[in-house]
Amino acid sequence: MKCRGFRYCRVLTVEEAVESFVSCEGEARFLAGGQSLLPALNLRLSAPDLLIDISRVEGLRGITLEGSDLRIGALTRHVEVLHSPLVAEYAPLLARAARFVAHPAIRNLGTFGGSLALADPASEFPACVLALNAQIEIAGLSGRRRVAADDYFLGLYETALEPGEILTAVYIPAGRTWQRVCFDELSRRRGDYALAGLAAQATFRDGGEVLTALRLVFCALGSKPMRAQAAEAALLNTKVDAVAIEAAQHALSQDLSPDEAEDLSSAARLHLARVLLGRVAHALREGAC
Amino acid sequence: MLTTALLVTVMVNGESVQRFVEPRLSLADFLRRDLGLTGTHLGCEMGACGACLVSLNGSAVHSCLMLAVQADGLSVDTIEGLAESGFISDLQTAFHERNAMQCGFCTSGMLIAARECLAHGGVPSREEIRDALSGNYCRCTGYQSIVDAIETVAIARAEKEVGGPV
Amino acid sequence: MSNASDIPFAKTTKYIGAALPRATAKRFLFGRGRYTDDIEVPRMLSAAFLRCPYAHARILAIDTTNARKFPGVHSILTGVDLARICRPWVGTLTHFAGMKSAPQLPLAMEKAVWSGHPIAIVIAETRAQAEDALEAIQVEFVELPAVVDALDGLNEHSALINEAAGDNLIYATQIEAGTIAQAFEDAEIVEADFIFGRHTAVTMEPRSILANFDPSTGRLDVHQSTQTPYQFQDVYARHFNLSEANVRVVAPDVGGSFGMKLHVYHEDMAVVGASIISGRPVKFTADRMESFASDIHARDHRVRARLAVSSEGILRGFDVDDVTGVGPFSTYPRTSVVEGNQVVRLIGAAYRVTDYRAALRVVAQNKNQMSQYRAVGHPVAFAVTEYLVDLAARKVGLDPFEIRRRNYLTQDMYPHTTATGYQIERLSLEICLEKLHEVMDYAAIVAEQERLRRTGVYRGIGIATYVEITNPSPAFYGVGGGHVSAQDGCILKVTQSGEIQCMISVTEQGQGTEAIIAQIVAEAVGTDIATVRVFTGDTDMTPAGGAAWACRGAGVGGETALQAGKKLKKRIVEVAGAILHCPAHHLTLVDGRIVDAQQHTRMTLRELAHLSYFRSDLLPAGRPAELTVAHHHGPSGFPFAFTNGIHGSLVEVDVETGIVKILKHWVVEDCGTVINPLLVEEQIRGGVVQGLGAALFEECRYSASGQLLNGSMADYLVPMACEMPDIEVYHVETPTRDTELGAKGCGEAGTAASSAAALNAVNNALSVFGASITQIPMTPERILRAIGAVG
Repeated sequence: MKCRGFRYCRVLTVEEAVESFVSCEGEARFLAGGQSLLPALNLRLSAPDLLIDISRVEGLRGITLEGSDLRIGALTRHVEVLHSPLVAEYAPLLARAARFVAHPAIRNLGTFGGSLALADPASEFPACVLALNAQIEIAGLSGRRRVAADDYFLGLYETALEPGEILTAVYIPAGRTWQRVCFDELSRRRGDYALAGLAAQATFRDGGEVLTALRLVFCALGSKPMRAQAAEAALLNTKVDAVAIEAAQHALSQDLSPDEAEDLSSAARLHLARVLLGRVAHALREGAC
Repeated sequence: MLTTALLVTVMVNGESVQRFVEPRLSLADFLRRDLGLTGTHLGCEMGACGACLVSLNGSAVHSCLMLAVQADGLSVDTIEGLAESGFISDLQTAFHERNAMQCGFCTSGMLIAARECLAHGGVPSREEIRDALSGNYCRCTGYQSIVDAIETVAIARAEKEVGGPV
Repeated sequence: MSNASDIPFAKTTKYIGAALPRATAKRFLFGRGRYTDDIEVPRMLSAAFLRCPYAHARILAIDTTNARKFPGVHSILTGVDLARICRPWVGTLTHFAGMKSAPQLPLAMEKAVWSGHPIAIVIAETRAQAEDALEAIQVEFVELPAVVDALDGLNEHSALINEAAGDNLIYATQIEAGTIAQAFEDAEIVEADFIFGRHTAVTMEPRSILANFDPSTGRLDVHQSTQTPYQFQDVYARHFNLSEANVRVVAPDVGGSFGMKLHVYHEDMAVVGASIISGRPVKFTADRMESFASDIHARDHRVRARLAVSSEGILRGFDVDDVTGVGPFSTYPRTSVVEGNQVVRLIGAAYRVTDYRAALRVVAQNKNQMSQYRAVGHPVAFAVTEYLVDLAARKVGLDPFEIRRRNYLTQDMYPHTTATGYQIERLSLEICLEKLHEVMDYAAIVAEQERLRRTGVYRGIGIATYVEITNPSPAFYGVGGGHVSAQDGCILKVTQSGEIQCMISVTEQGQGTEAIIAQIVAEAVGTDIATVRVFTGDTDMTPAGGAAWACRGAGVGGETALQAGKKLKKRIVEVAGAILHCPAHHLTLVDGRIVDAQQHTRMTLRELAHLSYFRSDLLPAGRPAELTVAHHHGPSGFPFAFTNGIHGSLVEVDVETGIVKILKHWVVEDCGTVINPLLVEEQIRGGVVQGLGAALFEECRYSASGQLLNGSMADYLVPMACEMPDIEVYHVETPTRDTELGAKGCGEAGTAASSAAALNAVNNALSVFGASITQIPMTPERILRAIGAVG
């Protein structure tokens, strides 16, 4: 199980990276943390002609507060997200999700931007970024642009990134408008891709009793991170009591229609999503997350 | 298929090593084949088993999920280097006394994961130790002896800390 | 009266019974293990295999023209090339009357019979280059209908895997004892249909072989990750027509085996053949995808079983049908029918049951081969038995402990012959049962279970008894014509400075064979264990023997070492007597010192060795000091030394998600004399985890067309640290009297019944829902369906 041969170049700027990509005659791939790309190369599922190593590009690493946004550079390691005080304060959803991401050694090399660029539907961070209503910064030949997370995830491993574009940073609204967050998932083994995962951000009023804003995004239940708007609607303006939760669980079939996968039928996957929704909604209500 | 070898310089176990490598050569194969550091093992080549863990600039990483060319200019410590430096001698002793290994194939990776688990001090709970090992397969022991050994070292280190310098 | 209460040999001694760490394991902690893939030799080539992508296909043509031109490629061989130098192998044994299996060659010829069947071997400068060339080999296939489900394979219209056989039935047998019809008359009857999924060994170190043939001398030197080097010495010599004395097989450090690395694989034969043809050393190390596609799989049974029980809870009879799918042919040289044979013979073995009927059908399928893996047949037999016993208990209103108390074999019944014909010397079932009851704190965990149930937390408690076949005699393979040794040999030599080197035929895969042999030798000779070094796994260096299989290292190898040690001790005191002019029977050896009847040290072993080797002129004339002894020992007496024990499992079932958390596991085991409790406990724990993996996680899933769906470490779920509980192990010692050492095996006891205990525990948790599950692994979906949460 060894890679097919390829050429390799290491670039130090985004511009250089984009140029290398555009001038490559065959297939080029960007290499950042490599924690998903290397397995694919080893298995010969991916066999590019050129690997462009962007892991040492200046300015793509680090977590900073920029105005009302929390900026997470694309090359920020999962482990840095996990332990960052800024993330804990301004995007606690990510801090909670990070501990579910694979295993320690993967988190040491895997990058936040890499996870979003790959957009594996079972990954935690894409679901969080969508739940956080973040902006994704993309650099290409014609400069930089920002795409809302709502418009970024298009389909199975398909994103708004055009060939040759690089995801450079993620901007997360850090205005503390969300009072409560919860991330949870169901998996058979610790660190595995989840059977079902759910990222949630909620705001309550009336002394924290009535839910007034909510974003629910599932991972591992569709071809991309799946926003569950029907379930959100069922919970909005309720006290998230048993009746509301049941209604939301019921409504979930409008949001999700998972295919049969692994050793789970589509019915079991939907069932697990409902169970998870119930638990997360309960945790949001209790503020116990 | 143009895959010209590139010159890399890697600090391996404290010594600077220069070699020409094919871009496709994994760090694991570089260590094992080019440098004869066979204490790093390959169990899956997809980052699932943890047998190939090495320490890269101080962090545990899968050497099967990194190319040798990516390590250019970086510092890699393998089980051989860590063991010979004496940095993990208490872990080695605890693993030996507790028989926290059978076939030995996972042991290098386990020690490197254990070292990272205890790097920040304190005494992790057994659950936390198990969590730190969540990416390391062991097919022989059932894990308990490994958890015991790491816990023993954590407690001993903490006691030493409390007792002041010896 | 009761052996179980006898003082074991171990307790009177210094090293036997001591919890000593393994001296030779230290190298693993320094990264200095030496596994087959770590070995590089000059001019070595690397091999990679082209494999059939279909479960069943005719091969019309193979074109390697382009692939041969790839950089680094030395040569590419196909089936015909190797058929010229390799005699086919057939995985049958004569004591399994009527069994049939297709002859096998290193590479597929006209037909490939499973997805993964090797078709061509590329040997090249590097493995990466060999893989590059694989992509350029063109094969013309015609896909054939595949036999995937074992039951479908028995259908008369089924596709045939081995056309010459006329059907897909590899072997069938029936057992009838007593009067089964009478036993079921007027009895309460419990019954169930079970499905046992396929799983596989997933050794951390994949299979690896380095074959080095020297055409100038005809010498074949093989380094191989195996537990049975002598068996492979025989196989390579016979099938490649080489002088056996000129074939050396070395098993260096072996990264786990569990039975998986003792079977003959196509790749191994192809690599040996490639080295013979090329005259170059050739190495092959399976990558993990290849491991899943070609390492033997295990289990794959469908069992329908009934148990008759009286209203007082007395078991009256078992009625069992087992159908097992074993892949396209029977594995060589140990066959693929031993597993099923043990299933139908071990069911009910711990109980006083004389009425018994069982039928076994072993069926060919277009899947990877299935054969002996840790605890061969036992986990299936005891899951069936113990599930039905629990069901019977519920039916007649007894506690699980009580029904076992009423039905176990008891101390007044030994020696005992089971309904299926197994002869059992002595067990300690009742003692283990009561011990488990105590250590589980059964009453307390039942009370806690009931309390938690009221809060919506569903815990389950399960117990499962096992008896285990260990110390096998030639009854296993030898009587059927198998070239599988059941005896062992040991050479002990005193070095020039009075230390001991031990060359023994049992082998080490991490279980601690070398450590226990050193303990036994030090004990028997009477010397310091620090001066004993054990060497294993090299057919050039050690006597021929059985090596490691069926839990025989301690029982058979240990007895061999014990008797060799006694022989050496006798020899040493004879030499000492001659030097000291003292009758030998007045002397003995203690901690490396020769002492007389008054316990005075007369000389040290070091001094004796010095005199013997450097001043032989001072020895009495005509009495050279022969400080090397050899001893062989084969099991005699009972055909097998049965062990026994019992597992307890405490689980929590999340009834909303179907996810099971194992909270705790207990084992009370009796492997006779315990040589090193530290190592026995670790064998048990590791074995338990492999059984729990089978119970909850591990399954080789196939598509309807015979494609393995989850053949990677990311998709095939092996239990990890977070999923496994702490496991408490307790010992009862009933030594076998067939040997002086009294040791029986322990390596498979953990796996033998842990899945059964987990099955019973989950069912205990589900019982409040009136639900049950009889399929393993118990996946979330299967549990949800059992409860009715998912329709």
